[in-house]
Amino acid sequence: MKFTKDHEWVRLEGDVATVGITKHAADQLGDVVFVETPEAGRAVSQKDGFAVVESVKAASDVYAPVSGEVIEGNDALASAPETVNADPEGAGWFAKIKVLNPAELDGLMDRAAYDQFLTTL
Amino acid sequence: MSTMNTVGRPTAPAPSTPDHDYKHPTLTGGRGLLQDEPLIFEGDGWFKTGVDLVEPKSDGGDLGDLVRRDPIGLPGLSEPEAMRHYVRLSQKNHAIDLALYPLGSCTMKHNPRLNEKMARLPGFSDIHPLQPVSTVQGALELMDTLAHWLKTLTGMPAVAMSPKAGAHGELCGLMAIRAAHEASGEHLKRRKVLVPTSAHGTNPATAAFVGYTVVEVAQTDDGRVDVADLASKLGDDVAAIMVTNPNTCGLFERDIIEIARLTHEAGAYFYCDGANFNAIVGRVRPGDLGVDAMHINLHKTFSTPHGGGGPGAGPVVLSEALAPFAPAPWVVADGDGFKLIERGEDEAAQAFGRMCAFNGQMGMFVRALSYMMSHGSDGLRQVAEDAVLNANYIKARLSDVMSAAFPDGPCMHEALFDDEWLKGTEITTLDFAKAMIDEGFHPMTMYFPLVVHGAMLIEPTETESKAELDRFINALRLLAQAAKAGEVDRFKNAPFHAPLRRLDETRAARSPRLRWTAPEGHNMAAE
Amino acid sequence: MRYLPLTPDDRSAMLAAIGVSSIDDLFVDVPQSARRDGVVDLPRVMGELEVERALKNLAARNTVAGDVPFFCGAGAYRHHVPATVDHIIQRSEFLTSYTPYQPEIAQGTLQYLYEFQTQVANLTGMDVANASLYDGSTAMAEGVLMATRVTRRNKAVISGGVHPHYVAATETVVHAVGVETEVLPPAIDAEADVIGKIGPDTACVVVQTPNVFGTATDVTKIAEAARSAGALLIVVVTEAVSMGLLKSPGEMGADIVAAEGQSIGNALNFGGPYVGLFAAREKLIRQMPGRLCGETVDADGERGFVLTLSTREQHIRRDKATSNICTNSGLCCLAFSIHMSLLGETGLRKLALLNHEKALATRDALAAIPGVEVLTPRFFNEFAVRLPRPAAEVVERLAEHRVLAGVPFSRLNPEAGMDDVLLVAVTETTLDADIQILASALAKVLAH
Repeated sequence: MKFTKDHEWVRLEGDVATVGITKHAADQLGDVVFVETPEAGRAVSQKDGFAVVESVKAASDVYAPVSGEVIEGNDALASAPETVNADPEGAGWFAKIKVLNPAELDGLMDRAAYDQFLTTL
Repeated sequence: MSTMNTVGRPTAPAPSTPDHDYKHPTLTGGRGLLQDEPLIFEGDGWFKTGVDLVEPKSDGGDLGDLVRRDPIGLPGLSEPEAMRHYVRLSQKNHAIDLALYPLGSCTMKHNPRLNEKMARLPGFSDIHPLQPVSTVQGALELMDTLAHWLKTLTGMPAVAMSPKAGAHGELCGLMAIRAAHEASGEHLKRRKVLVPTSAHGTNPATAAFVGYTVVEVAQTDDGRVDVADLASKLGDDVAAIMVTNPNTCGLFERDIIEIARLTHEAGAYFYCDGANFNAIVGRVRPGDLGVDAMHINLHKTFSTPHGGGGPGAGPVVLSEALAPFAPAPWVVADGDGFKLIERGEDEAAQAFGRMCAFNGQMGMFVRALSYMMSHGSDGLRQVAEDAVLNANYIKARLSDVMSAAFPDGPCMHEALFDDEWLKGTEITTLDFAKAMIDEGFHPMTMYFPLVVHGAMLIEPTETESKAELDRFINALRLLAQAAKAGEVDRFKNAPFHAPLRRLDETRAARSPRLRWTAPEGHNMAAE
Repeated sequence: MRYLPLTPDDRSAMLAAIGVSSIDDLFVDVPQSARRDGVVDLPRVMGELEVERALKNLAARNTVAGDVPFFCGAGAYRHHVPATVDHIIQRSEFLTSYTPYQPEIAQGTLQYLYEFQTQVANLTGMDVANASLYDGSTAMAEGVLMATRVTRRNKAVISGGVHPHYVAATETVVHAVGVETEVLPPAIDAEADVIGKIGPDTACVVVQTPNVFGTATDVTKIAEAARSAGALLIVVVTEAVSMGLLKSPGEMGADIVAAEGQSIGNALNFGGPYVGLFAAREKLIRQMPGRLCGETVDADGERGFVLTLSTREQHIRRDKATSNICTNSGLCCLAFSIHMSLLGETGLRKLALLNHEKALATRDALAAIPGVEVLTPRFFNEFAVRLPRPAAEVVERLAEHRVLAGVPFSRLNPEAGMDDVLLVAVTETTLDADIQILASALAKVLAH
C-alpha cells in the first residue's frame, strides 16, 4: 500500500488500484456524513480532485493518487458514510481505478515513510 | 412577633435535596416557563383557520384543469393557538434584549424600537415598488438621504443601494470591479483575486462565484496582512484584493494605505469588507484609505435587527473609478424632485446589470436612517469609540486568565483569544462556549478566524453598560477558573440548563430530515 | 445619547483598567493621515421626537396604497396581513436574535424554520425547501446556477413570460460565471414557445406561472420535454397566494421552484425586504443553495433542530460553496410562516378564490370600456389589458386623480414594443367601489 501527502492510500492489484483516505485523514475529519464517489468511466489524472468527503464541519476534495479510468465507485458509502471512519483502509475505499502508468506509484510513500511524515505535521 | 401567615402555606422553599438530579426529566416535557411545543403539523388543525374571510361566490371553475384539487397539507391555527405556539417557541431563543450577545464579526447591538415604528409608517411600508415615481417622492428622498449619510461617513462618491445583504454587497462590488476591467479591456488577463487567510468565508466564495481564482495572502505574526507576500502576488493578472478592515482578528491594518497603493499600482482594485465598520464609523473614512468598494452591513453598524438570520441589507459604496458601473436601480435628484433610474441606458449606460427585482431593502433603509439621525455625526463617532473601549476593556480584564491571540497593542471592536490557555484541561473552545450558555450568555464566535487556533472572538458592541460587561467578565473568569481546576464535566456535557442539551449534528447531516412528513394513513385533506 | 449606556466616569475607569490615558490611544494603529479629529459634516444627535417628525414628513409625501384604489402587482402584491403576524415578529426573541448557530438556545428560530420549510414544500408541491433566500429574483438566479451544477450543462432557456426584472437579476449573476441564457420574446402566452427551444445543451428551462402578464399555464408538457432532454424545469412564481388555487409546480413536474413569498405575511415595503422561496426535488438536496434546517436529537434523546448540510455553505466551503449566500430572510420567512399557519389550507384556498373573483370582476368592468382589450385568457389575480394609448401616460394621468391603476409593461421592458399594455392586479383588499372608480376614471381619461 502506498500513501500521498494529501492522506490518500492506494493499493495496486494487477492494473487495478483501489484508493481511499487514510485513518489519519478520517480521524481528522471526524464523523463522516457524506461521500461523493466518481462514476465508472470517468478519466482521472494524478492529483485531480475525484471525490468529496464531508463531515459536519468540514468538506474535502479527495485527490486521485494515480491516473487512469474509474472502473467502480464505492456506492455503498452513499448510504453508510460512517464506514469511512470505521474501516478507512478496507470497506471504506472510495474507488477502483484502472491504472495508466504504474510508475506513478513510485513517487508515493510507503507505510513507514507515511508514518514518519505524520510525525512532522 | 406573630406571623401574618395563618393558612399554613409555607412561604420559604423546602430545603434542597442535595442528591436531586437537575437533569431529571419532567413527566410531560414541559419545564417551568418552557413549554414542550409540538410542530404545527402535529396538532389537530387540518381544517381550522385563524382568518375570517367572506365566503367566495365561485369555485374557480373557469380555470378548469388548472385548479389545484389534491390536499396541500397546510394546517391552520386559531389566533389564540397561533399566539401560544409562537410565544412558546420564542422563549427557547437567546436575544440581545435578554443579555449580551458577544458574537465577534456579527455586531449584535441594541435594536432601537423607534426604527421599527418608523419602518411601519404606511408611507414607507404600504407603497409599491412600481408605483408612478411621482407618487413616491418621499421614499426616493429617504433613499437619497441615506445614500448621502453613507457616502459622507465613508468618504466615497457613490453608493449602490440595492444589494440585499453583506454577501450580496460583496457580489455587487466584485461585479463592478469586473465590469471596470472589462471596460478597460483587461478582464481576460486579470483572473485572480487576492484574499487574506483570515477573511470571512463569503470573500473567497464571492470571488469564486464571479469566476475568479482565489489566491490566499499570508498573515504576519501580529495578525495583519503580510504586505511583502501581498506585493509578491500582485501583478497584471490580479483583478482585486479583498481585505477586511478592521480585520477579522479585531485589528486595524496599519499598512492599509500602503496596501491600497500597491494594489492600485498593479492596476487592481481594493475591495474592503465593511463588516467591521462599527469600529471606525465617524472616526475613519474608508475613502481616505484608498478603498474602491466596500459593502456596509446595515444590520451590523446601523442596527437594523438581525431577525434570527435576516433580512439584511448591504449597500456598497464605490470610488469614482467604479461608480459608473453601479447596478440599476438608483435614485437621482431631478430638479425639485427625484427620479429612479431603472435601466442600463443614458447615464446608466455602463451599469453592470441588476442585483434584484426591485429597489433593495427599503424597510432596512428606513430603520438605518432612523438610527443614524438619532445618533447624529457626533453620536456615531461615540459609537465607534465605545465599541472599541468595551472590547479593549474585556481584553484587559480577561488576559490574565485566558490567552489573548494578539496581546500587544490595542484591539479594535472585538477581542480575540486562542485556546492556548485551555491546554492540558481536556476542554475545547466548543466546550467552553457551551458552558457559557449555562451561565446565561450567548457564546462568542468560535473557531473563526481560521488563522487562530481554537479562536474565541468577542465583540461586545457599544450598547453594553459597564455593569453588564463586568457581569460577563466575571462569568468568564469563574468559568476559566473552573476549567483550570479540572471541572471537566461542567464543560464536556454542557449545556445542562438550556432548553435542549447538545444536539447531534452528525445524525442530522447523515440522513437529512428537512421537513415534517405525514405518518402513514394520516388525513391531511381539508374539508 | 440614549442608546449608549457608558457614562463619562465609566469611560475613565475603563481606560484606566486598560492602562491607557485616552480613547485616542486605542486608535493608534490608524495611519496618521486617515485620522479625523472633528465630526463629519452631518446633522448632530436628535431626540426621538425630532427623528419621528422628520421621517413622518418624508412618509407623508408618498401615496399610500391603502388610501387609494390600488391595482399594482407585477411581482409585489398588497394583501391583508393579520395583526398577530406583526406582533409576533416584533418579539425580542425573534427580532433581536442572530442566525441559530447555537441550537441549544435557538430552538425557537430553528423550529419555525423547519415548519416554514415544510409549509413551502407542501405549498409548492415539492419534496424539500430551504430556509429562504433574499427574494424571488435572486432565488431564480440561484435556481439556474444550481441547474448548471446538477446537469453539468451551461445554458438556460428562459420563457418570455418571466418577469423582466427577474431575468435581468438572473442574467447579471449567471453571465458572470459564464452561463449562457436564451431569453424568448415577451408574449401573453409565452410558454407555448418554450419547448421548441430545448436542446441537448440546455441545463434548465425557466417558466413563470402565472406569468408576468398574469397568464396561468399548465407546464406539465414543458416538464416532460425538459426531462426527456436531460434538462431541469424551474418554475417561477411571483404571487405565492396563487398556489392556493392553481395546480402546484410540483404537480406539474417542476424540478426546482423559485418563488416570491412576499404576498403572504409581508408588506409591500417599496420592494424589500421580501422572502425568496426555494424548493426542489429530494435528490437535488446537496446542490441546493442557502440554509437548511434539519431534525435531530440532543444528548438526552429529545427531538431538536439544527442547521445542517452546512458543508455546502460559504463559511466552510469558502471558494467551493454552492453559493456565497450568508443570510436568509429570517424575519420575513417567520412572517410568512405565521400568516400561513393562521390561514391554513382552508383559509388559503378561500383567500385565493376571493382574489380570483375580484380579478374577474375587474376584468369585466375594464372590458366594457371602449378601446380597452383584455389580453390574458386565464389568470389568477392579475391580467394584462391593451389600451388605445401608452399605458405609462394613462397611469400617470390616473395617479393625478389618486388612482393607482397598475404597472405599465413598458416600465419593466421598454424595448418590447408593448407600450400600450397595462398590468392590473386585484386582491382581496380591493373594494367593489375601487373597481368602479378605476373603470370610470380610466374611461374618462381614455375619452379625452
